Amino acid sequence: MKIKDYIGIGILIIVIAAMPDLVGNDYYLGVLIFTAFNCLTCTGLCLLMGYTGQISIGHGAFIAIGAYSSAILTTKLGWSPWTAMGCGVLLAAITAVIVGIPTMRLKGHYLAMATLGFASIVHIVSVAAVDVTGGPSGISGIPRLQIFGFALNSDTRNFYFSWGVVVVGLYLAVNLIHSRVGRGLQAIHGSEDAASSLGVNIAVDKIKILVLSAIYASISGSLYAHYVLYIDPGPFDIMHSVLLVTMVAVGGLHNIWGAITGAVLLSLLPEFLSFLSEYLQGIGIRYQTDYDTLIYGSILLLIMLFLPEGLFEGLSRSLKSISGFRGKLAGRSSERAD
Amino acid sequence: MQTNILKLDCLRKTFGGVVAVDDLSLSFNKGEVTSLIGPNGAGKTTVFNLITGFLKPTSGKINFNDTELNHKKPHVIAAMGIGRTFQNVQVFSNMTVLENVMVGRHLRSRSGMFFSSILPPMLRGEEKRIRSSAKERLALLGLDQYADVPAGSLPLGNQRMLEIARALALEPTLLFLDEPASGLNARETVVMGRLIQKIKSMNITVVLVEHDMELVMDISDKVAVINFGKLIAEGTPNEVQLNPDVINAYLGT
Ligand SMILES: Nc1ncnc2c1ncn2[C@@H]1O[C@H](COP(=O)(O)OP(=O)(O)OP(=O)(O)O)[C@@H](O)[C@H]1O
Ligand SMILES: [Mg+2]
Repeated sequence: MKIKDYIGIGILIIVIAAMPDLVGNDYYLGVLIFTAFNCLTCTGLCLLMGYTGQISIGHGAFIAIGAYSSAILTTKLGWSPWTAMGCGVLLAAITAVIVGIPTMRLKGHYLAMATLGFASIVHIVSVAAVDVTGGPSGISGIPRLQIFGFALNSDTRNFYFSWGVVVVGLYLAVNLIHSRVGRGLQAIHGSEDAASSLGVNIAVDKIKILVLSAIYASISGSLYAHYVLYIDPGPFDIMHSVLLVTMVAVGGLHNIWGAITGAVLLSLLPEFLSFLSEYLQGIGIRYQTDYDTLIYGSILLLIMLFLPEGLFEGLSRSLKSISGFRGKLAGRSSERAD
Repeated sequence: MQTNILKLDCLRKTFGGVVAVDDLSLSFNKGEVTSLIGPNGAGKTTVFNLITGFLKPTSGKINFNDTELNHKKPHVIAAMGIGRTFQNVQVFSNMTVLENVMVGRHLRSRSGMFFSSILPPMLRGEEKRIRSSAKERLALLGLDQYADVPAGSLPLGNQRMLEIARALALEPTLLFLDEPASGLNARETVVMGRLIQKIKSMNITVVLVEHDMELVMDISDKVAVINFGKLIAEGTPNEVQLNPDVINAYLGT
């Protein structure tokens, strides 16, 4: 139901409003800003993967396109950040169409392979085209964003702004899901044959949703560039693309809130792990950073084994069945009372 | 004088060496129930897939109300008013029963991606119309009590009904049903028969593929029999039942 989603967005807004005071520490606020960027990308990716059933292992490339467009156009050509961001969106949309057209007509996992290849090309270009991208040393001196002369020059401001964008992105996605277009996308996921027998133009709709998800990723990349003020190819490698897919899958593919849950949890996990390592070191156990990967992997494995529909659906179903069980107990005792 | 709604002219489909449909010429009368029968592997589903654009003919022509359907995509053919169900049921199991039928209203509504995401209140009227006409179709098929249930959790009989409800939401003038009674029990089959007659009374031309001969003979105006992709008999149910070629095809070589 749409109402539930709107309530969810309302709760999210309240949490966002309270967060900077609760955190009160610029480092963690920074972590939460990066979390917002991941949430934004995962919202778009969830529309593509969870709702339409098309897998992309290359969304890091669309983030890179946004980030590099913003960085290059502002630092080298002196464009305004907003125009640069718009250009990034346009470029991401065009490349999405180019990647999408040859693969979307085919059934199966061709898109996954094509996006994977595409992502490695973008990564190689970002490393090798030193004149344009700065190569491995990257681009620095990226200006901050200004909103009507109001500079995003503190972590609190950046926090509110980036989460504000997430809320808008979520609102648009939720509306789309519950519309004629969104039902068409879910139908494609359910059965391409049945969807097209009812008049859904599956090839075109698949490309449209790939473009939309690329736009989400590109905006997230631009925001990243204007927050960090420096970019290099590092954060946009294949591993980041895979991590994004994992975030969406861990949270629960068929639910936009699952994607958000997954993005938040996996963005915060490194912080929990560093807590853990400090704690263990404190009590004299040697903790190696390699363990991070081990713990990461185990968490994923456990979730996939025990909550295959994802954390969000899985946990809410368990909660429901617990309350249903309580309800039954209550019902039985009232019968007895009769 | 009967008018044709659909005409197949020397339609042929080969898969490698297999000739699935062998120069089949056949016409379907407007407003009637025509059954296409034949042994397993005779090519019935292939004929459906050719007409509805899921397969490209090797040669031959398909004419629907004097428009050629060859080389048109399934969604374009759907837009021309041709609906279908699938032999292996294909409900959208990730969606509710009502949402399944709402997808059937896809072509009867217009809203695009932009307004759907940015200004949903503008589309409230259309959304309401989609919902209410989808509910009408559910009521027609007696599925209204399952509206909010995930479609994948319905028993097979109801899933077949749901597929028909969904296809009817398209408001087709021509409807293809591929074995709607397979997997149904005797009582459900009777209900299905009545439903098909009701669909006919709604001025929808029905083409039926079905192995349940009692059902076929009961509700068909015309029966066409194919074997190895070739037409071997055509006529009223009575004529076809007495045809020696048909008896041969069904009773063995
Ligand atoms: N996509 C395909 N690729 C290769 N061969 C196919 C394909 N579809 C159908 N065939 C072959 O074409 C022939 C006709 O199959 P079809 O499914 O049309 O038969 P049918 O009359 O619907 O049979 P049934 O009553 O079992 O559903 C069979 O020999 C089948 O193996
Ligand atoms: Mg068949």
